[in-house]
Amino acid sequence: MNIEYLGLKEINGPLIVLDGVKNACYEELVKITVGDNDHRTGRIISLSGERAVVQVFEGTVGISLDNTRTRLTGKPMELEVSRDMLGRVFDGAGRVADGLGDIYAEARLDINGMSINPVSREYPRDYIATGISAIDGCATLIRGQKLPIFSGSGMSHNQLAVQIARQANVAGGNYGIIFAAMGVKNDVADYFRRSFEESGAIEHVAMFLNLASDPIIERIITPRCALTAAEYLAFECGMDILVIMTDMTSYAEALREVSSSKGEIPGRKGYPGYMSSDLASLYERAGRIKGRAGSVTQLPILTMPNDDITHPIPDLTGYITEGQIVLDRALEQKGVYPPISILMSLSRLMKDGIGAEYTRDDHSAVSNQLYASYAKVQDARALAGVIGESDLSETDKMYMKFGAEFEKHFIGQSKNDNRTIEETLDLGWRLLSLLPREELDRLDPKLIEEKLGKQSESVSNEP
Amino acid sequence: MDKENKLKVTGVNGPVVTVEGKTSLSMQEMVYVGNGRLIGEVISVNDKYATIQVYESTTGLKPNEPITPTGAPIEVTLGPGLLSGIYDGIARPLDKIEKMSGVFIAPGANVDTLDSEKLWDVSINIKAGDTVHAGQIIASCPETSSIVHKIMIPPNVAVNGGKIKSAVKNGKYHVNDTIAVIEGTDGMPDVNITLSQKWAIRTPRPIMRRLPTDIPLITGQRIIDTLFPIAKGGAAAIPGGFGTGKTMMQHQLAKWSDCDIIVYVGCGERGNEMTQVLSEFSELIDPRTGKSMLDRTLLIANTSNMPVAAREASIYTGVTIAEYYRDMGYNVAMMADSTSRWAEALREISGRLEEMPAEEGFPAYLPSRLSAFYERAGYVDALSGESGSVSLIGAVSPQGSDFSEPVTQNTKRFTRCFWALDKSLAYARHYPAVNWNMSYSEYGDELEHWYELNVAPDFTQLRGEIARILGEENSLMEIVKLIGAELLADDQKLTLEIARIIRVGFLQQNAMHENDSSVPIMKQYLMMKYILKLSERAKSVIAKHIPVRELKEAGVFERLIKAKYEIPNDKLEMFESVYEDIETAIEKVEQKYKI
Repeated sequence: MNIEYLGLKEINGPLIVLDGVKNACYEELVKITVGDNDHRTGRIISLSGERAVVQVFEGTVGISLDNTRTRLTGKPMELEVSRDMLGRVFDGAGRVADGLGDIYAEARLDINGMSINPVSREYPRDYIATGISAIDGCATLIRGQKLPIFSGSGMSHNQLAVQIARQANVAGGNYGIIFAAMGVKNDVADYFRRSFEESGAIEHVAMFLNLASDPIIERIITPRCALTAAEYLAFECGMDILVIMTDMTSYAEALREVSSSKGEIPGRKGYPGYMSSDLASLYERAGRIKGRAGSVTQLPILTMPNDDITHPIPDLTGYITEGQIVLDRALEQKGVYPPISILMSLSRLMKDGIGAEYTRDDHSAVSNQLYASYAKVQDARALAGVIGESDLSETDKMYMKFGAEFEKHFIGQSKNDNRTIEETLDLGWRLLSLLPREELDRLDPKLIEEKLGKQSESVSNEP
Repeated sequence: MDKENKLKVTGVNGPVVTVEGKTSLSMQEMVYVGNGRLIGEVISVNDKYATIQVYESTTGLKPNEPITPTGAPIEVTLGPGLLSGIYDGIARPLDKIEKMSGVFIAPGANVDTLDSEKLWDVSINIKAGDTVHAGQIIASCPETSSIVHKIMIPPNVAVNGGKIKSAVKNGKYHVNDTIAVIEGTDGMPDVNITLSQKWAIRTPRPIMRRLPTDIPLITGQRIIDTLFPIAKGGAAAIPGGFGTGKTMMQHQLAKWSDCDIIVYVGCGERGNEMTQVLSEFSELIDPRTGKSMLDRTLLIANTSNMPVAAREASIYTGVTIAEYYRDMGYNVAMMADSTSRWAEALREISGRLEEMPAEEGFPAYLPSRLSAFYERAGYVDALSGESGSVSLIGAVSPQGSDFSEPVTQNTKRFTRCFWALDKSLAYARHYPAVNWNMSYSEYGDELEHWYELNVAPDFTQLRGEIARILGEENSLMEIVKLIGAELLADDQKLTLEIARIIRVGFLQQNAMHENDSSVPIMKQYLMMKYILKLSERAKSVIAKHIPVRELKEAGVFERLIKAKYEIPNDKLEMFESVYEDIETAIEKVEQKYKI
């Protein structure tokens, strides 16, 4: 069993090719010894007869055709998982990286996971209060959802993710946060660690770090390790797990690099044709399971290249995830934090996780009206850009005012502001009262009367 | 034959497995791959090697593991017990897989599509000595509370007629029990007919003849039923970027369409969505039968992280089942969400085969595959003598929301309804976000007669008028964008107001509202009628130089917009009283100006 293969047939980028391999299996883990004591790990990604293509996680620097010894391990890549993972730091391949010694493995799990049977899933319904009005009010996060943040370079997505992680009371005590960094800058990883330390959450956080300087190929398994740990903690240990994955763009680029080294036919913008299935194999590992306590909620972060939402990475992500939170550079420049573009953001699971049972009975009505009214603000602004603000009709002027106040007070809030859902919805009503009654066409007239009193102020608009 | 038993895996690349050497495998033959007996299908053969696509995860598969041919193409087992179930892309029931392998789907689960233990209460229509033909209905049994399953002679048996040698009595039988024996002719052996039959998923089931598509599929969705109708037996595409409500619209159509059976294929979509359909449909009551909605529904789920090759097959599995029920004389609608994921599965497999790509990496045979699929829609006389239909409604997820990409463009060529979903409407929370300027239906003319006969003689005329006002608004908005609405003439302002009633009060539909989720065609007609009546009335007011503003402030427009919520679907006479209120308000305005 313990055969070592000496030498290689070919080296190409992060890939090596072995010949004469017997009994290898697809996606098997291999151990490679370079020279005398340089140990590396790889995974078989293509098999053809006795020829095996292996991707080397640590990169191929220093590897020559005859200085390696390769040993097959006989099994796919596995991760040792344990409850003790929370509070610890791992590298991108799931090895302990904080010098505090190995963890005691409670189980060893295949990092590729398996699909959850749709019959066994529990439809997610409980909402997570993030304390951020734009999210709670208009794109509510639900436990077991996958809701990505679409951002751009230089915008405040990291601050937002930290704020969500800090404020989201994921079911009281039994919670954990898994942080997977893929190709992020050292400063960013450090910012997350510091923030978790400051908020005292650090003992609930397991970090999987593949930094920008770490091998590209390792990046491909980082989210898989993180999600394997998350699934174990959620579905075996009954914890509510929030997984923050940043930056999905670096991940997709790593995927493209490996694909082109393998000589595969490229799809759109050079990304491999299977990128959609590959991303889905990560994002779909969120959810809840019938009869089990825990949940996996995903908050992936991706930076849209050139702020382009139609780029393949955000595009494919949007088709798989249950909504998206889009950050807007124009709002960021106005000094609004968090710069969430309400109109482009969406939570698909929101409709079933809000209302009297979960948040408040008027939630759906208010958020619909806020959306619709804010959409009209955009029309008024476009018109003002052409004919000037002073020539606008009275109604359009009111929309302009509503728009400004909405952005300042509803979307905008401080990094430590943790609003309850009541505060958020009441704020929504106060803002809506700036508009004439007849413009509130998404609201039941009875509800308007109940919340804003009898018809009185809107009469004042009449000439 | 001896050689066949020694077929061995030589190469593995994702879901694609190769077998070296000249083999006697045939195209599209189903094979079992490896020690785990994963299900695969032969997709190319030459004298050097054969290529197999595997419908399950190939992780851990080794070269030299055996391959077992089955000698038959990928088939689906058809028979009573299919309805109310949820299946994977190759028709394996997911609840049985759950019992076998737990909450996570493990590869190599070989389970039967139908429950072979269950007894069905069968009534037999034939006796020994009867002459029968292929496709004939020879027995029936209640399948669910609302659907009677008809047992047919398979279309490939007794093609030139046959004679019943023996038949059983009415009674309780299993799906695999023989209920009749057809005498062999010309030295062929006798054929046993059971409650179930098998059919290759890629071969359309034969029919007697196609019928004209002149009956609409009433969906309860106003923008579809009135402006862009689809016929029973028609094909429609719903293209739209993410977040525009494709899935929501498919759910609405599946819930409210006036067909007998729904086949819902979740192709590369979200796991949570399938769970939602499952839980929601089991609670919903079908308004036509008063029974559970799930009794007429069948779900096929290949979520985006389930094996990609099975995604390619799921569409064919779905349409084969739809055709089977069509042959019994039912109107079947199949929703495929989303065909883009299916096309991507084609692209992925094609890429792994290193085929020469055409547009955007999609294989050159994408258009022919799409046309072959959509052509399986139709209103037909089946071999059984019954007439039934398969309507196909495919969602398309264009890359980057760009409708010029290959899947959208090719789908457009082979479907006759195009319901384009628009991001800007979705951002404004105008649902369904069907853009009335970009969408079309080619069925309008063929269905005209039905509407005139069954709804109202002036239906088509009113529809034309509504479309005209929307078109006029579109060109007026070009002006408004430049100079603002204030400077328009009063009759133009009125057109904008009426168009707003049409948009907000008619086209916008609230899937969550009990009175608005699905609307009977008569109410749709009355809504159109009263909107146009108000339009004419308001014109007469404007002609007296009374500004539109006055009417707006009197709330007459808002009143009609809210009518869709106020008037329950079974109290259509309330339109009269609503309009009386409006008339009173208008008269008051006129009084004010009468000096």
